[in-house]
Amino acid sequence: MRRNWEAIWMVARREFVDQFRDWRIVAPMVLLMALFPFIADDTTQEAIEFMGRFGGNLILERLVPFVILVIGFFPLSFTLVVALESFVGEKERGTIEPLLSSPLDDHQLYLGKLLVGIATPLVFSFVSIVIYLILITRRDVAFPSFYLLALVLLLTFAHAVLMVSSAIVISVQATTVRAANLLASFVVVPVAFLLQGETALIFWGNESVLWYAIVGVTLLSALIVRLGVSHFRREYLLGREIDTLNFKQLWLVFTGRFVGNAESIRDWYAVELPETLKQIRRPLAIVLLLGVAAVAASYLWVVVNVPGYLDISPEIENRIKTLVNQNLTDLDDLSGQISAPVLFYHNARAVVIMLLLGVASFGTLGVTLFLVNMGLVGGVLGGASLLGVSPGLLFAAGILPHGIFELSAVFLSVAATLKAGALLVTPQQDKSLGELLLVALADWFRVFIGIALPFLAIAAVIEVYVTPQLLQMIVPYF
Amino acid sequence: MIETNDLSKQFNNNFWAVRGVTLDVQPGQILALLGQNGAGKTTTVRMLTALLAPTRGYARVAGYDVTKNPKEVRMNVGVLTEQHGLYLRMTGDEYLDYFGKIYGLDAQARATRSKYLLDYFGLAEASRRRSGEYSKGMKQKLALARSLMHSPSVLLLDEPTSAMDPESSRLVRDEIARLRSFQRTIVICTHNLAEAEALADHIAIIYRGKILLNGTLDELKRRVLGPMEYEARFADAFDASGLSLPPGVEVVSRSETSLKFRIESPQVANPKLVHALTSMNAPLISFHEVSRKLEQVYLKTMAEAQGLAYAA
Repeated sequence: MRRNWEAIWMVARREFVDQFRDWRIVAPMVLLMALFPFIADDTTQEAIEFMGRFGGNLILERLVPFVILVIGFFPLSFTLVVALESFVGEKERGTIEPLLSSPLDDHQLYLGKLLVGIATPLVFSFVSIVIYLILITRRDVAFPSFYLLALVLLLTFAHAVLMVSSAIVISVQATTVRAANLLASFVVVPVAFLLQGETALIFWGNESVLWYAIVGVTLLSALIVRLGVSHFRREYLLGREIDTLNFKQLWLVFTGRFVGNAESIRDWYAVELPETLKQIRRPLAIVLLLGVAAVAASYLWVVVNVPGYLDISPEIENRIKTLVNQNLTDLDDLSGQISAPVLFYHNARAVVIMLLLGVASFGTLGVTLFLVNMGLVGGVLGGASLLGVSPGLLFAAGILPHGIFELSAVFLSVAATLKAGALLVTPQQDKSLGELLLVALADWFRVFIGIALPFLAIAAVIEVYVTPQLLQMIVPYF
Repeated sequence: MIETNDLSKQFNNNFWAVRGVTLDVQPGQILALLGQNGAGKTTTVRMLTALLAPTRGYARVAGYDVTKNPKEVRMNVGVLTEQHGLYLRMTGDEYLDYFGKIYGLDAQARATRSKYLLDYFGLAEASRRRSGEYSKGMKQKLALARSLMHSPSVLLLDEPTSAMDPESSRLVRDEIARLRSFQRTIVICTHNLAEAEALADHIAIIYRGKILLNGTLDELKRRVLGPMEYEARFADAFDASGLSLPPGVEVVSRSETSLKFRIESPQVANPKLVHALTSMNAPLISFHEVSRKLEQVYLKTMAEAQGLAYAA
């Protein structure tokens, strides 16, 4: 174990020393680290004066944590170049082969590079933040609490791990430094968006919500590190000199997997699709479990907490019931308001969005979106319960008829998304990351085209023409 | 020791870089791997270093299977890569120390070994300078020192003397020869045929991933260029029309003052031939083997492989 860490540190230490001997790397980093806090300090003063004129005290309270987050982000985005060129740069300079020919393990090489990639920008970020904190003691602005400061620093650390781990995956997969640098925007832009979301959380004022961001970013980083270590191949680093985009080859890999050995559609449904369904048994069980848990949690939350938030008097309750009854009566006209094709399109689009989010986040965001939807179902049932309507009855009449198909389609699609995400972070000796992605997508499309689309079509027809009738039938029991 | 059987590598684009390479290099032997650029030499060496996984066949290096024990293989192999691969902002002694650490040498061993190698290759004075300031030859010597740092039992050297001046090349060749005497197993990939001829016990010629020829230099010469040739030189014009040739001897060319013979078994035929010449009172000045270079073997083999006529 000790020898293992020594080897990781050996790789990292050499990189540290190497970087700090290159003034072209050090000078801009030091300049940025030293100058930016002063700029931010001036901006803070301007903001204080501006807010002072309009009484924006609430915003002022949150200004410093926000600026700290921004100051932390800037050196991260700049020093990302160190991580981006960690492997591909060595490859271009021809220094990678002696290193790869050495007895160092793959994970020692990878984690050594990761360590230096994270530590360098973090040092610059934290020094910048400290300079800024010293500078603002002169200003008439609220100093953040220790708790909030710790949260923001933790978030900056999580950003560093996320950005660097992504950059190193790019560095291993890219064939040239130029390509790696071009791909950097795929790291910087999403994190910039993330930062905006976190800024909203800071100004929103509920500090504890930042924990969700920290946990989410850390989880994503862990998955990316896992992806990087899983797909780190010495052979891959040496084997490819140039990459050409071969659409024909991509298409062949995709269709080869999608069609399998089937010679007819019947064959495909009889052999290939069941094979895929067999493979997603475990993710399906996880999705079912999570889905039920989300419905139950949301239902309980509404039932327990909502009465406390809202003072529902019997009079208001009656008005709501009347309104609901009225709406249910109007359901007669639903087919005139919304057509089955539109509903089908909407649901299919939602499933595709879950896939896209899932692929970008190794399944996590796809599953999160699914859980939000499940939460809504639980919330509606909880609301019904508060109004005295049997949630079981509402579920049986309003959700189950079309839900048999719609929920099945969604469960299976999300399970396939989860499987695709898991596949990407699982070591595969014989496939490149690109091939693996195509295989994962082909498997997902098997489920989507083979089951989800037909089921969603049936569900849309039922939801427009059958479910409203059933809901109307249960109105008298409200 | 290096032992391979049917060693083959196919890349993702279905290109077979190496096909069916079978080698056997024992401790104390040097194998020179010759071939054009892109013939598969580097791919073969990378498989022997456990950097590339063979698609087919197997290889055992220093007693370890390259697929099953890649780490042990790398631990026992010293590799000089095509590019020197130096970290240019590190000094010579830092660089050797770094690789010594990677190979698990303790501080004392690193210092001793590093000093020896820097002294031997004449880099001691430059050892505190960053290798980016070194000349091409010095860089190559430092890279070679790196590959020797952990005293590996197997050495895989790609163009070990490229970019070196004649003195340095000689120094490197001497070191390689010395290592052979210490029972190291050595493979050299080179385009320098004179160097291969001077150093190698065995020579393998690789073309489009396949070994075309493999054997000792004498074996290759005999196989490719035919039986050995000997030349008799005379002080004056000599009429050899009445010369009775022993079995297995034929005259290849003649002039007034010389005769060239192709001889199947020189040990048996040469004494008889010299006797026949002196019996005829031939004014014999010298009788010697016609020198045949590895270059001829190589060029002829390559020409035949490409279906071209070989011009000697």
